[in-house]
Amino acid sequence: MQILVCAGTGCQASLSEELLSQLNSEIEANELENDVQAIRTGCFGFCEQGPIIKIMPDNTFYTQVKPQDATEVIQEHIIKGRRVERLLFTDPETKEKIADSRKMGFYKKQMRIALRNCGFIDPDNIDDAIAKDAYEALGKVVTEMSPEEAIETLKKSGLRGRGGGGFSTGLKWEYAFKNRADQKYVVCNADEGDPGAFMDRSILEGDPHTVLEAMAICGYCIGADKGLIYIRAEYPLAIERLKTAIVQAREYGLLGKSIFGTDFSFDIELKYGAGAFVCGEETALIHSMEGERGEPTVKPPFPAESGFMGRPTNVNNVETFASIPPIYLKGADWFAKIGTNRSTGTKVFALAGKVNNVGLVEVPMGITLRDVIFEIGGGIKNGKKFKAIQTGGPSGGCLTEEHLDTPIEFDTLLAVGSMMGSGGMIVLDEDDCMVEVSKYFLDFTVEESCGKCSPCRIGNKRLHELLEHICKGNAEESDLDRLRNMSTVIKESSLCGLGQTSPNPVLSTLDNFMNEYLAHVIDKKCPAGACKELMNYVISETNCVGCTACARVCPVNAISGERKEPHFIDISVCIKCGACMDKCKFDAISIQ
Amino acid sequence: MSKVKTVADLKKMKSKLQAKVELREKGDSPEGRVVIKVGMATSGIASGAKEVMAFLIEELDKRNIDAVVMQTGDMGYCFAEPTIEVKRPGEEPVVFGYVDKAKADEIIEKYIKFGELVEGILPDNYQTID
Ligand SMILES: Cc1cc2nc3c(=O)[nH]c(=O)nc-3n(C[C@H](O)[C@H](O)[C@H](O)COP(=O)(O)O)c2cc1C
Ligand code: SF4
Repeated sequence: MQILVCAGTGCQASLSEELLSQLNSEIEANELENDVQAIRTGCFGFCEQGPIIKIMPDNTFYTQVKPQDATEVIQEHIIKGRRVERLLFTDPETKEKIADSRKMGFYKKQMRIALRNCGFIDPDNIDDAIAKDAYEALGKVVTEMSPEEAIETLKKSGLRGRGGGGFSTGLKWEYAFKNRADQKYVVCNADEGDPGAFMDRSILEGDPHTVLEAMAICGYCIGADKGLIYIRAEYPLAIERLKTAIVQAREYGLLGKSIFGTDFSFDIELKYGAGAFVCGEETALIHSMEGERGEPTVKPPFPAESGFMGRPTNVNNVETFASIPPIYLKGADWFAKIGTNRSTGTKVFALAGKVNNVGLVEVPMGITLRDVIFEIGGGIKNGKKFKAIQTGGPSGGCLTEEHLDTPIEFDTLLAVGSMMGSGGMIVLDEDDCMVEVSKYFLDFTVEESCGKCSPCRIGNKRLHELLEHICKGNAEESDLDRLRNMSTVIKESSLCGLGQTSPNPVLSTLDNFMNEYLAHVIDKKCPAGACKELMNYVISETNCVGCTACARVCPVNAISGERKEPHFIDISVCIKCGACMDKCKFDAISIQ
Repeated sequence: MSKVKTVADLKKMKSKLQAKVELREKGDSPEGRVVIKVGMATSGIASGAKEVMAFLIEELDKRNIDAVVMQTGDMGYCFAEPTIEVKRPGEEPVVFGYVDKAKADEIIEKYIKFGELVEGILPDNYQTID
């Protein structure tokens, strides 16, 4: 038998290590070493009920187990084979005790639809995909449904685009369907330019066939026989897997002429991008595929009217496509029941930053930020305090403690000044300076602006300069108004989504962390201790014993003092590298 | 391989392939064999998944253990790459994280050979659709 003890950070904080050693000593005391082992595992993702242990092979799940419960677990469960009722989890709804962890699906806050096959199948082997239902939805659509019916199903499912805008996928297909033309195109947007986002890459690397299948379904619905995947050349593995998948699908006749014996034909080609963020914007993407400059143009005309080569073109995101085949296999109602009324289904997030379980998570829409950070993410690293969560990448905003119980939906996130975006989520703790965070995103937009229109090209540069002044302590209070005014102008007068959203990180931090901006401009202090120019390293005369360790480690010789006498730092020389503070054994150096 | 011409073809193929997948897990021996999946997405490979996969293939062969080692995509546990999933015949699969060669060796010697779990297990914390 085995006792799995959760060693996630949340459980460790609630004494799971002590519990483990208690269990081990009980095992020894009863001479069970050869039959029973207690071992640590990763986070179960149910941290509020920790410490958690699971007994194998019978799958018994005990919650809130204290070190002093070890004796009972060993005596009762292991030796006598009787469950310890009092440690079983009680279902909050039915008040029933649940023993078998497999019946506790509800505690598993994640639900995988778009990622359903990632990590299960061999992505280079179409047979593996087919064994997991690949191309069955395509078969069903082309042989049993008319394009109108298939589009209706998608509309009923409530699926909204996962690429950022959140537009209804069914409606988009309907526009493209209604526009008559001799040739139409299906485009998959695999540009994925948000810093920190990698869900599209993971889908393409883990389950390329689902994207090919959904593109073919789209082709059938809108009347296109050609698909194009726009993918950044920086994704070599995804490109290789897609190429293999396309060859295999053609061999099986699942792409090509008369698919499933019908007169529907569809084939797919890859187009490579050079990795510019703005080329993820659909009009810029289309120009880039045409061999033109990757610059956006005014909408309308929308791609559904005049897209690639001037023909009606339907552009969808990778994750949007990956969500589609299950909708046809399991029905629009099934999908619409997951999530919330106005945001159905699931969304994949790339959880990053100061959170313990960094990774890809897929959750039903409507789950709270708190659940994502503290349950699935296992809480904040190193026991620090949560400060903010940045969602939506360079177009999104920073949300605070007070938004933790906001359900994650397209519209609710917009209402609180952020957005879903493509699904980046960066968790920030007390050591992060919010001014610096907005500067980081502005760095990115200034770099990535295509320069076509002046509000974005020049305005963002000026915003960035202002933020730099603030971080260096060279700004006045009135600069904060300028920051806000300029942000509003950029938002209102930029041509494309990049410029229209680039000031969001600034605006949301101004709204939610005004005090921090004020501290920078009035007191010339950075409360988080992150802005180098605003802090000074100081040696405390009382704590310093004059060991000279700091003076020896300082790379610029800014520290002087006699042996066994308190030392001091010349701040005009100090480059604020922090080496002295790391070296000091007497806690004599602090930041002020 | 013949072309799929009808939906019935695809379904027939699917059930054959499902049987094949099952066979891959069972092998020739009646009680089945061990199936190991290595997470080979960019994040896994960057943390050394390729080396771990090569190590597993070589060592299992050397140690005469009947097992299949295959690649798969991202399991989502990026904080714990490289990750591998090990399924012993007739048992639920178990995912291990932070697998380097030493860990892989421990997994072979303890878990694969004797079913004795070792540290580094990542409990699955999501539901899938079937
Ligand atoms: C600056 C900018 C960058 C974008 N980058 C991406 C991207 O990387 N991937 C993506 O799918 N959509 C991106 N979009 C959104 C696309 O323009 C488009 O709305 C999306 O591909 C539509 O697909 P969906 O309806 O499936 O979401 C971006 C938009 C803007 C304004
Ligand atoms: S808003 Fe920025 S990225 Fe968009 S067209 Fe104008 S300059 Fe280019």
